[in-house]
Amino acid sequence: MSDIEQRVKKIVCEQLGANEADVKNTSSFVDDLGADSLDTVELVMALEEEFDCEIPDEEAEKITTVQQAIDYVNANLK
Amino acid sequence: MIYARIAGTGSYLPPHILTNADLEKMVDTTDEWIFTRTGIKQRHRVTDELTSDLATQAALNAIEAAAIQPQDIDLIIVATTTPDKVFPSVATMVQRKLGISGCPAFDVQAVCSGFIYALATANHFIQSGQYKNALVIGAETFTRLCDYTDRSNCILWGDGAGAVILQASDQPGILSTHIHADGKYETHLHVPRSPDGSSKVIMEGNAVFKIAVNTLDQIVDETLAANGMQKSDIDWLVPHQANIRILQATARKLEMSMDKVVVTVDKHGNTSAASIPLALDTAVRDGRIQRGQTLLMEAFGGGFTWGSALVKF
Repeated sequence: MSDIEQRVKKIVCEQLGANEADVKNTSSFVDDLGADSLDTVELVMALEEEFDCEIPDEEAEKITTVQQAIDYVNANLK
Repeated sequence: MIYARIAGTGSYLPPHILTNADLEKMVDTTDEWIFTRTGIKQRHRVTDELTSDLATQAALNAIEAAAIQPQDIDLIIVATTTPDKVFPSVATMVQRKLGISGCPAFDVQAVCSGFIYALATANHFIQSGQYKNALVIGAETFTRLCDYTDRSNCILWGDGAGAVILQASDQPGILSTHIHADGKYETHLHVPRSPDGSSKVIMEGNAVFKIAVNTLDQIVDETLAANGMQKSDIDWLVPHQANIRILQATARKLEMSMDKVVVTVDKHGNTSAASIPLALDTAVRDGRIQRGQTLLMEAFGGGFTWGSALVKF
């Protein structure tokens, strides 16, 4: 598992109160991990803090699964 | 140096309570849905009382707590978004209902940040040396602006009023106030005028949440830096009560336990400009907030407007 993947999954576990075993790359925050709309906002905010970046709202809306979060971080961070 | 010291606090809630169970009968929602997303269990709602009625009751409580007479008041500022009339101001109505006249009385409009704006204004008036006993009120009948068909929004709001008497003193007192605005966010949270005369709250909740949490974090840093203080110097956080999730996120950023945050949103809902003085009075009267303690009040609201006050109680 890459460093970024590990860090993203750790944040997902912390923010959504999910078990590590349940957080798969294909997991949807809302459908699989029980996030509500404010949880997803807080998750994006935690990703911004962890990776020291700003994720625009229109990009944030497209991040609905763990893999999409990993892909976004990989694509947008040096 | 002249400080403005909080000599007494007061509050008033209209007697009628609207519970989540009541709302279940009005819109498609559940107690569980509301509570997990907002932390709200109930809110008070006016039947026929107006904002000036709530404001006057809160004022009378604060006057009694400060052990002064209405005649001693030489300045009245009311923060409200829901005045009884387009004009005159609620402040002048409160003045009349208190049986006094002559002193300046005016309203301040900064929505949920209104009380901080009013407190900052009164603080400067007192520090100027011209005024000795300012009555500062946050009062709202916000449920009048609710669209009770919008289930994501109407569950949030409540009615009420809170007041403080700010007194000139050689002891602190308000240590500093900080107020800001950024008008480019007008349509994130607003009540437009509609042709049929009905005015209802429109809010982009997720966007407001994110900006609010980040902005509140910044204003806390600004406030502490201005006073050379640390987060650990704060005894109580008395925040605007918008939503338990904002309070928790702010407390987390402040590295503050929720035990040091005064929370009333569960019982009052979001009462806009009234929420901070309502929370303050609640914690003063139940003995949590003691004289000599350091309080940080902060708010964020439509405009956007935001602000903070650091107070030695």
